[in-house]
Amino acid sequence: MTATLERHEVTMATMTEPAAPAPAPLALRTLSLVKRFGDVVAVDDVTLELRSGEFLGVLGPSGCGKTTLLRLVAGFERPDAGGIEIDGRVVAGPRRHVPPEGRRIGMVFQESALFPHLDVAGNIGFGLPRRGRETRVAELVALVGLAGLQQRMPHELSGGQQQRVALARALAPDPALILFDEPFSSLDATLRAQLRGEVRDILRAAGATTLFVTHDQSEALEISDRVAVMRAGRIEQISTPDELYLRPVNRFVAGFVGEANLLPGEVRDGEVQTLVGRFRAGTDALADGARAEVLLRPEQLHMLPVEKLSSPPRPEAVLTIVRRVFHGSEVHHVLRSASGLEIEAATASSATLAVGTEVIAHARAREVPVYPLDAEPPGAG
Amino acid sequence: MVSLASLRAARTRPGARTPAPPAWLVGAGVIVALLGVLPIGYLVILAGSSEDAASLVLRDRTLGVLGRTLLLATIVTTASVLIGVPVAWLTARSDLPGRRAWTILTLVPLVVPSYVGGYAVVATFGPRGALQTLLEPLGVDRLPDLYGLPGAALALTLFSFPYVVLSVRGTLLRLDPAFEEVSRSLGRGPWRTFLTVTLPQLRPAITSGALLVALYSLADFGAVSLLQFDSFTRAIYVQYRSSFDPTLAAVLALMLVTCTAGVLITEARLRGRGRYHRSGGGASRPAAVVALGRWRWPALGFLAVVVSLAVLVPVGTIGFWLVRGLNAGETFAPVWGAALNSVAASGLAAVLAVLASIPVAVLAVRHRGFVGTLVERGSYAGFALPGIVIGLALVFVAARYLPWVYQTLPLLLVAYLIRFVPEAVGVTRASLLQVSPRLEEVARTLGRSPGSVLREVTLPIIRPGLVAGGALVFLTAMKELPTTILLAPTGFDTLAVRIWSATSEGFFARAAPPALLMMLVAAASLWFVLRQERGR
Repeated sequence: MTATLERHEVTMATMTEPAAPAPAPLALRTLSLVKRFGDVVAVDDVTLELRSGEFLGVLGPSGCGKTTLLRLVAGFERPDAGGIEIDGRVVAGPRRHVPPEGRRIGMVFQESALFPHLDVAGNIGFGLPRRGRETRVAELVALVGLAGLQQRMPHELSGGQQQRVALARALAPDPALILFDEPFSSLDATLRAQLRGEVRDILRAAGATTLFVTHDQSEALEISDRVAVMRAGRIEQISTPDELYLRPVNRFVAGFVGEANLLPGEVRDGEVQTLVGRFRAGTDALADGARAEVLLRPEQLHMLPVEKLSSPPRPEAVLTIVRRVFHGSEVHHVLRSASGLEIEAATASSATLAVGTEVIAHARAREVPVYPLDAEPPGAG
Repeated sequence: MVSLASLRAARTRPGARTPAPPAWLVGAGVIVALLGVLPIGYLVILAGSSEDAASLVLRDRTLGVLGRTLLLATIVTTASVLIGVPVAWLTARSDLPGRRAWTILTLVPLVVPSYVGGYAVVATFGPRGALQTLLEPLGVDRLPDLYGLPGAALALTLFSFPYVVLSVRGTLLRLDPAFEEVSRSLGRGPWRTFLTVTLPQLRPAITSGALLVALYSLADFGAVSLLQFDSFTRAIYVQYRSSFDPTLAAVLALMLVTCTAGVLITEARLRGRGRYHRSGGGASRPAAVVALGRWRWPALGFLAVVVSLAVLVPVGTIGFWLVRGLNAGETFAPVWGAALNSVAASGLAAVLAVLASIPVAVLAVRHRGFVGTLVERGSYAGFALPGIVIGLALVFVAARYLPWVYQTLPLLLVAYLIRFVPEAVGVTRASLLQVSPRLEEVARTLGRSPGSVLREVTLPIIRPGLVAGGALVFLTAMKELPTTILLAPTGFDTLAVRIWSATSEGFFARAAPPALLMMLVAAASLWFVLRQERGR
């Protein structure tokens, strides 16, 4: 974990701010946060930091504790252990609990939760002092692109407009931190994709620091600066989206982010021998004879029809295409080995092969993530 | 009915988030809950302090009252099912002409107060009643005696069978027609299908309606007292009036409460197990209408008899005696004062009950947990207590500890509060459930304390619900008889008391004007109930 964090910081520094050596101040820090509900540990020793202006996605399957984490930060739940700092001020810790109204946070929920008895201006201005309210409301209405709709009531707005009002309402008091709880999941797919981009732009324009909870991996990867993957109350990895996809720290993250082929093999001479070739074992912990799994994304696997090979392949390396899944620009082929293992290979739609074709598969990459077997329990979906 | 459903839903869910409620909210809720359990608590203490309480229970006279009460409840319940189920089926599933009108007409009796029903029965079929007056020229000078069991059973059945109609009709309309269609496709005829497929699915609804009728007949005071049938409520009243020793009245009241609690518990259990019988998802499809064919005329005849007895008789009686009374020099003048009293007391009761319902509902919905559940249960205690029991308990409490509030308006209002808070909590709770907790959380993040969230967000949003709850309490309180008789300040006549006392003394014409006003109130409540049903 530590290794990942350090590596990430290097990446961040080189990627986004090559000329600025001083990092932005911390907007949020949680320290060994724990929350239990009865016997269930919903949040288990979560430590994370969020820099001012950063956009952190918290990604995980339902029930992984991500919403509880959000509610702890907001102050709707009290942690059983650990602490929270917002803008350098301790808001939760031993014998200290600042109520939500004292935390300087903004919140946007899945259901837009607009006050039904107030119009758009009333909703946006709800958190503002009376003085200067109108000016600020006008600014925000313009920022979220709803000029002219100030007098509308919430039920007269479309789903996307409602979410934009909810966002403006959260932004209005200029909070230290904005929290999103699956804000787009109640919208239909097209609108969701469009709104995602818009919200990202609005938040950037406002310079807001954002913690964003979602179970939708494409959403998290698309709009986050960094993504934290959670499972069973713990953070498995915090990285940039690229890092997360290319170098997941374990098989759970590998399987949860993107489509993953995990190919078993045995280590020999520092290399893992698999059905589709040999790969550098990487970590020195892997001695000869150890078993490990290699992560290959479908697009990293290339297929060669057996009939086009100059020499006959090893029989155990021959795979049969059992199913094709058409995805538009590319086609996924499900390949089955003689031993019954199924792997997926993607090709461009123009280079597709027919079901029943016998192929061998290989990957050009040599350095791919390798996970020792027996060392960790099999990843749960 | 609302309250029963909420009672079940109030069970705490394991793992539910229960943020600690603010102290002032808990304080307010606890006061309301304590008021709710005060009457029963005091009666228990009273009965317990007497050494011969146990022997009082087993006395012949007491057992006789118990037997009569149960007999009356059984007869009324059975008769209500026998009338209610066919009425429900005819109005929900058959091609009967004028179904909509019949539906409303068969629900009207539901909102006629039992003492108006009792008045109608006595003033029509009783000695010197309208029927006899009309038949006298034909030489009929005696009608069969109506007082006692037959009259009480008739009056209660006529004005409580709609509970069965309401519950069975609702289920019939929701029932998945697929079950019946499958049965028909497997070769069973319409009758066998009804008996073997439809009726078993109706059983929970019939039971639920029947238990409400049983509850109604156990708790009723108006009809049994006017028809002089010695069931618990009347026996309690007579005992209270005739003796200074409160013990026997307390024992009788506790026995009655045991009966009603038994009915309520059975009802809640059965409800908990009830399920919606739909075979799959998707929008509901209404069942096909059954053609009555040559059965149409008997069916119409049946409904006509039911509606004439339950609707035409009260309306006709009031009209008949009103005309006679006005001709004989009776005027509306004395009624206005009583009407004003009724409106004032009921209006205050409505405001109080709604205010009191807010902390209870907020605790129950937003802070589910030990305290929230306890407070909600406590406030529902009034629901299991017949009005006569609440009235009696408060009379005793006031007479012993607070003589200066006895027979004052505030004490009457406390009684109304205890009696009607469950109704208000039901409505407030239902509207609160419609408000997403996210709204309140957003308001918190925008800098509001829990108190100002309640004031600025929650209450404004549920205001229509609060108004509706208040209106419901107002209409019910207008009709309340037994607590008013026991607790009203001297000279504080309400419409209900006027109708009841005039009828008990045989002044049918004097009872007609207030009864007319009461029927208008009843009509307003029916309109209200129907509007709420549609809103659901």
